[in-house]
Amino acid sequence: MSSATEWTATSIQSIIDRLKHKPGAMLPILHAIQDEVGYIPEQAVSQIADSLLQTRAEVHGVISFYHHFRTTPPGRHTIEICRAEACQAMGCRSLEQHAKTTLGIDYHQTTADRRFSMEAVYCLGNCATAPSIRIDDDIHGRVSVDKFDALLADYQKQMQEAG
Amino acid sequence: MTARIYVPCDTTALSLGADRVAEAIQLEAEKRDIPIEIIRNGSRGMLWLEPLVEVQTTRGRIGYAAVEATQVEALFDADFVSGDEQHPACIGLVEAMPYLKKQQRLTFARAGITDPVSLNDYESLDGYRGLKNALKLEPQQIVDEVKDSGLRGRGGAAFPTGIKWQTVLDTPSEQKYIVCNADEGDSGTFADRLVMECDPFMLIEGMTIAGLAVHATQGYIYLRSEYPVAHKLLNEAIEKAYQAGYLGDDILGSGKHFDLEVRLGAGAYICGEETSLLDSLEGKRGLVRAKPPLPAIIGLFGQPTVVNNVLSLAAIPFILDKGGQAYADYGMGRSRGTLPLQLAGNVKQGGMVELAFGITLRELMEDFGGGTLSGRPLKAVQVGGPLGAYMPASQWDTPVDYEEFSAVDAVLGHGGVVMFDDTVDMGEQARFSMEFCKIESCGKCTPCRIGSTRGVEVIERIRDGNNADKNWTLLEDLCDTMIDGSLCAMGGMTPFPVQSVMKYFPDELRAQGGKA
Repeated sequence: MSSATEWTATSIQSIIDRLKHKPGAMLPILHAIQDEVGYIPEQAVSQIADSLLQTRAEVHGVISFYHHFRTTPPGRHTIEICRAEACQAMGCRSLEQHAKTTLGIDYHQTTADRRFSMEAVYCLGNCATAPSIRIDDDIHGRVSVDKFDALLADYQKQMQEAG
Repeated sequence: MTARIYVPCDTTALSLGADRVAEAIQLEAEKRDIPIEIIRNGSRGMLWLEPLVEVQTTRGRIGYAAVEATQVEALFDADFVSGDEQHPACIGLVEAMPYLKKQQRLTFARAGITDPVSLNDYESLDGYRGLKNALKLEPQQIVDEVKDSGLRGRGGAAFPTGIKWQTVLDTPSEQKYIVCNADEGDSGTFADRLVMECDPFMLIEGMTIAGLAVHATQGYIYLRSEYPVAHKLLNEAIEKAYQAGYLGDDILGSGKHFDLEVRLGAGAYICGEETSLLDSLEGKRGLVRAKPPLPAIIGLFGQPTVVNNVLSLAAIPFILDKGGQAYADYGMGRSRGTLPLQLAGNVKQGGMVELAFGITLRELMEDFGGGTLSGRPLKAVQVGGPLGAYMPASQWDTPVDYEEFSAVDAVLGHGGVVMFDDTVDMGEQARFSMEFCKIESCGKCTPCRIGSTRGVEVIERIRDGNNADKNWTLLEDLCDTMIDGSLCAMGGMTPFPVQSVMKYFPDELRAQGGKA
């Protein structure tokens, strides 16, 4: 789900063709494209529309309805911060403020070095050990400001080593 | 002798480093040349103890709580592999923990004990006995058993499950569907997740029985995309169920057919509303449909559809194994059976507590929860997710029961209990309720779409002391409009938490000293 990768009209079409026979194929197709490419490229919209015999407006309508789908490339890692009540009860409001200040971005934005994107999420279901965040597919619980900084440092280090 | 060591693999354990702990144990054992077998079990639901590492001994399983990878060496030094109890992290026999012993686990009987994706483990602890019974029954007999159990939908609306199944059974159609609502979006709830991560075969079995009961051959689990671990485990379990003949076109040689597939949501809270969920499954924007027609008559792709919550379907194997009456023997009044409650937020001992209906909220929060984690006084409790009222101290003696909660204008919903200490700003909580509705409204009906936006503005004006009295009246009116005029519970219940703040914490909604 993180970091954008190369794609072509052919690679998108092969994803669509693999799934379009399913009843209600729209969401499975959008998920598969986003999982592979990192986002839903504008050009994919007309391909999906043609393949599913729908209008581009309908496809765009579905993409824009769901918070999960994005139409711009994400950073290499996506950090989701839970803003829901159980996390509020454990201080997620100050955590989100800290995250915004540290990364220098707001929700739905990506850092200038394209390393991190930040999104809000409403409940990761980890409510007994709040506050929680998700980085890519990994969920972290009891995230204090210090733990957040340590996690961020780990990812920075990994990316440094990977170049 | 090879020691059996259990390291849970549910989201909470993982979120606190369970994978690193398992890896460290493996490495340390190799270094010391101690033969061990690591089993990745589900969680016991005592989430504040995660990662809860357990070691099999002749006395039973000995637990070591909140283990960190850095402690593993010391644990080996203390001979935890033999179940030695001297290490400070040791909590003794896990099953002797009062938190577990005091529960009445019907649905979560296996959780934490087994490897969630081991079919052998599942079968050895009563798994698939319900399905085997169901295969010998006529559909009507299965539905009758569910009716006898008194089971009511655990998603929040508490509609009798057996009646819903009867409607689908009685509606003739070539194709019918079983849809599991696994879009557990309410903050403070995670019981569905625990079912899917700790005992996924139980859900698969429940859905298969539902299929037999109403002549449905296709099932979908609509799972929220925020649950990647549940997604992986469910898919593994489904594949194993197919291989073993529990799913497919000839279930256990009976000639009966049921297929099952997991579909992912995409981060829309409203898709937990059943008609919105169906639209989403059909590949559309998740807009709420007007009812009637009921989904039981015109549901997925226009066909008769059972839409049940994870916990409702997960209760079915027990009912078909032990009988509807055995389930109905638990509970109070019209709330029969057990409810998995979830303690969350500012709570010392957060986790899942399955109990028969009837315990009071206070007993739950104090005896099980142990009070707040911060140690500060408890101030308000939101039960039933973001659409549930904030309950003040005067209401904490309310018994956990659908009707008792309704009587005090609160909702039990999906059983999530979010505790707040005295540092909470209740005015801000009221504002957030409207903000959440504004973000998550599907936009189909005006009271919800526009009302939530206006709600945020009006609350902000009250908090700023800007014409507070007039705006207070306006907010009361807006709440009534949303309750009476919205198409579904999203707009219709968003005012509940707001009204509870207006009623029980009015001073905090008004600006400091601003009574203009």
